[in-house]
Amino acid sequence: MKEFKRITLLCGHYGSGKTNVAVNMALELKKQRDRVAIADLDIVNPYFRSKDSSDEFEDNGIRLICSEFANSNVDIPALPQDMYAITDDKDLSVIIDVGGDDRGALALGRLAPQIKEENDYEMLMVINCYRPLTRDALSTIEVMREIECAGHIKFTGIINNSNLGEITTPEDVLSSVSYANEVAKMSDLPLVYTTVSENIYNDLCDKIEDLLPLSLQARPV
Amino acid sequence: MADKVLMKGNEAIAEAAILAGCKHYFGYPITPQTEIAAYMAKKMPKIGGCFLQAESEIAAINMVYGVASTGKRVMTSSSSPGISLKGEGLSYMAGSDLPCLVVNVQRGGPGLGGIQPSQSDYFQATKGGAHGDFRMIVLAPASVQEMAELTVKGFELADKYRMTSMILADGTMGQMMEPVELNFDVKERPATPWATTGTKLEREHNIVNSLSLVAEELEQLNFARFERYKAVEENEAMYEEYMTEDADIIVAAFGIASRVSKNAIVEARKQGIKVGLIRPITLWPFPKAPFEKIADTAKAVISVELSMGQMIEDVKLATGCKVPVTLCNRVGGMIPSPEQVLEAIVKANGGAN
Repeated sequence: MKEFKRITLLCGHYGSGKTNVAVNMALELKKQRDRVAIADLDIVNPYFRSKDSSDEFEDNGIRLICSEFANSNVDIPALPQDMYAITDDKDLSVIIDVGGDDRGALALGRLAPQIKEENDYEMLMVINCYRPLTRDALSTIEVMREIECAGHIKFTGIINNSNLGEITTPEDVLSSVSYANEVAKMSDLPLVYTTVSENIYNDLCDKIEDLLPLSLQARPV
Repeated sequence: MADKVLMKGNEAIAEAAILAGCKHYFGYPITPQTEIAAYMAKKMPKIGGCFLQAESEIAAINMVYGVASTGKRVMTSSSSPGISLKGEGLSYMAGSDLPCLVVNVQRGGPGLGGIQPSQSDYFQATKGGAHGDFRMIVLAPASVQEMAELTVKGFELADKYRMTSMILADGTMGQMMEPVELNFDVKERPATPWATTGTKLEREHNIVNSLSLVAEELEQLNFARFERYKAVEENEAMYEEYMTEDADIIVAAFGIASRVSKNAIVEARKQGIKVGLIRPITLWPFPKAPFEKIADTAKAVISVELSMGQMIEDVKLATGCKVPVTLCNRVGGMIPSPEQVLEAIVKANGGAN
């Protein structure tokens, strides 16, 4: 795993798998740093949130910065009450799970000036070519630009998280790499990682550069 | 690249509707179905369709009434409290014999309830939905793939019988993501000679209306409508059977409850319990045939529901009360666990194995 900045922002089209990537990255980050937090800034999704993994975070000593209303019946776009810890506590290393699309990234605008001023961050666009509204590079770039406008902060890299859920085959991941490279080329940003479920990592580790295995998966019913 | 795409259930409904030729969507946001409207808002302008966020659910269903009158495919979607608001419009559309698709991604109730999943609108959907004698075709998907397929089917049935089709999903089905294949053979639509499309002075006026001034005529309209409902009952019931061939215990469940039940059945089979599942896919018409069949052979039926026990009444009717039917449920936004269903199966089988 590459060296982390103090703040890693994960954004993307909703359903791109940001939360899954964020949860796994937080566990990785904890191996490198002492004080680690995962911050859920999602103001859109009613269920399936970082909070679902709160037991894993607690077991691993990772702080969860999350709206107290997440996964509850309080259906309002609420932000975590302790979200300023992200920018104020400079000893804390943070993975930020930003909400989907430009609507989700709106919340980021509040923190963007401090994040940019400190300038110890990476902002990664999580992409998945198997999502219907980001099937090609151009539509993906469109979503990227919308997120940047809403969040008042620009991307520094791409994470290719192309997958079809549980049935993802090594071929599905392999064939997504050209799409990810095209997004990287069009946006003039580095392709930082291609992610893959741990169970097919061995099939692909010598075929794809910067391949990142994801051990923790959100499970459907 | 794979033919499949990864979609939320709500998105699958929206995309399937567009593929079925629906170019008119009217709605009002409510969790947990808002992605349907969000998807339509993004996609409709690109295909020359109409997405309109109405000022309320009541306005939205009346816009649906308007477009349906012109013979176009049209839909709305909402979640439990929003569907109640649409009730008047649903009854007017039934009284006017108009086809449309309505999606209910259910949440916990009654009242404003909560935003977590539920199946407690079963009575509302299957027993009428508003005032007057009428029925809706009610389809209950149990996967994201079915969310898409039953949307197309819903439009086709609505057109065929000139009535409302309702997709009765729940919050989990709406929010969960699964791979979907979107290759449908969309059948050609039946002609709509009744539609208000302008006479061009070449025909008599078509009148779309639910008001009758003469009681005798209104009675005849009701009789004629129920002849069509009878045809729906005879021809359109759909269900899935899972491991029922040798089953002593039958689990009845639809939607998310059927998925949980399948897991429990697999576990129970490992313990040597002969148990199977009947999963109604149409909730109205209720698939009576598989229940009539097991009524003489099964020793117990368990209705697994995210409600205080609503489908259980239809299960009891269909089995003619020949076999004991018990309820296994969670409510208020909670989902029964496979362990809870397994426990109910073991108990129905006569205690610990």
